[in-house]
Amino acid sequence: MSLTTADVKRMAHLARIEVSDDDAEATLKKLSGILKLIEQMQSVDTTGIQPMSHSQDLVQRLREDVVTETNQRESFQAIAPAVEDGLYLVPKVIE
Amino acid sequence: MEWEVVIGLETHTQLQTKSKIFSGSSIAFGAAPNTQASAVDIALPGVLPVLNKEAVQCAIKFGLAVDAEISPRSVFARKNYFYPDLPKGYQISQYELPVVGKGSLTIHVGASAGNENGYEKTINITRAHLEEDAGKSVHGASEGMSGIDLNRAGTPLLEIVTEPDMRSAAEAVAYAKKLHELVQWIGICDGNMQEGSFRCDVNVSVRKKGAEKLGTRREIKNLNSFRFMQQAIEYETRWQIETLEDGGTIQQATVLFNPDTGETKAMRSKEEANDYRYFPDPDLLPLQITASDIEAIKAVMPELPADMKARFEGEYSLSAYDAAALTASRGIADYFIATTAAFGGDAKIAANWVMGAVAAKLNEEGKDISASPVSPTALASLLKRIADNTISNKIAREVFEAMWAGEGDADHIIDKKGLKQVTDSGAIESIIDEVLAANAAMVEEFKAGKEKAFNALVGQAMKASKGKANPAQVNELLKKKLAS
Repeated sequence: MSLTTADVKRMAHLARIEVSDDDAEATLKKLSGILKLIEQMQSVDTTGIQPMSHSQDLVQRLREDVVTETNQRESFQAIAPAVEDGLYLVPKVIE
Repeated sequence: MEWEVVIGLETHTQLQTKSKIFSGSSIAFGAAPNTQASAVDIALPGVLPVLNKEAVQCAIKFGLAVDAEISPRSVFARKNYFYPDLPKGYQISQYELPVVGKGSLTIHVGASAGNENGYEKTINITRAHLEEDAGKSVHGASEGMSGIDLNRAGTPLLEIVTEPDMRSAAEAVAYAKKLHELVQWIGICDGNMQEGSFRCDVNVSVRKKGAEKLGTRREIKNLNSFRFMQQAIEYETRWQIETLEDGGTIQQATVLFNPDTGETKAMRSKEEANDYRYFPDPDLLPLQITASDIEAIKAVMPELPADMKARFEGEYSLSAYDAAALTASRGIADYFIATTAAFGGDAKIAANWVMGAVAAKLNEEGKDISASPVSPTALASLLKRIADNTISNKIAREVFEAMWAGEGDADHIIDKKGLKQVTDSGAIESIIDEVLAANAAMVEEFKAGKEKAFNALVGQAMKASKGKANPAQVNELLKKKLAS
């Protein structure tokens, strides 16, 4: 699979990362290298091996359903750029 | 040209836990903004999610209720997108390996044109997965700004997805209602649609009748009432058919329903909104559910509505219709069971009263059965007075009205109002004598062979006794007198 600069730009946009045209070229080379490595890995025969979703062979521990958190709004909002009436303010979002 | 509509549903049910799915914040509704948003919920760096056991148990309960496969191993994934009410920049959901797999739910679609008795249909459930809810945006808080309340962020949801199995708005609404009752029945969701505890997204497409290939679908988002769902699907179906008949094509889109105009309209498409780049969340290990976990939940599961319906038909000899009505909600079923248990007599009588008098009053006053002023034990004590002939069925209605109005228990009202049935045959005989004397014409008619005149005489005698005479005795004594 080969990538284009347009693919890089699109991924950057989805991740909300600003990438200049020069950087896009350099990034394209690096990403293509990674994809090559993946291609190489995919040529390994993995028949009968269960796909892994986590590097540790453990299962999730569960938490009892108990309310343990208290209201810390004041300390959290002390570091927020803008707040009003207990709400965090962000530039207007239009649906 | 005959068209066919194809519908599938995705329903977000808010799970009835105390705390969030990945943090120990409360999920109580209506708190002041951001007072129930912890470091995990607002995505401060360095925090880790820890899965809530109760949310997993709710998912298992649902899986059992729709006879589904429950995955021994399921995986949480990140669904990546940017929106201010999603502080992490991703929603923790499940993608390739959901907790609940294929199941099914049988619905009853009510009578309609061409279907006088309604019909049953089994809707296949594709999957159900656990995920977290996002926060809320509040518009108009400040000029040019939006306010963000993260109290809802991290609230546990079970998203239930069906196959495109429904073929009309009526079927979709019947499914949604059935699911709504079921999640409340098994106690995993409070079903409060106003507060957003049960929200439906409906996928609608049309195709020519007989065609195999599905048409392009549009998704109607966030329907929170069954009436709106019906209207939205009907409008959307008409719109798609008209568009195609006019030679147009359908573009895949997300649409919103406007209750004021009754129309659906495409949302300004969020650019590349559907590229979520899912991947397994490295912060969470695979969720393991063992056979013994499932057995433990089975042991505490309530009897399901379908099983209870079958039991009512067998154990109490109720008709399928009555059994269905009495198991329409957990509240009605519990009320009926408690009434029957306290009454100890014929369950059919209890069934008739619950579906008749009680349902009528609740309907009239727009009340839920949990708010009935007449408790099952109170109703049972009234039914006992019918069974032991203290009062007639007709008088019982009068007593019931008084009980509903809060005038006391059945015995007290019967006593106070002097409603006790007259069973003294001497007293009844003298009433009948008076009636016969006053209605000589009717007596003649009866003797001339008019059977109807007999019923009229019974009516007169009942009226003369103010409804208190035992009807069976009146019948018997009247027959005797007329024959002599």
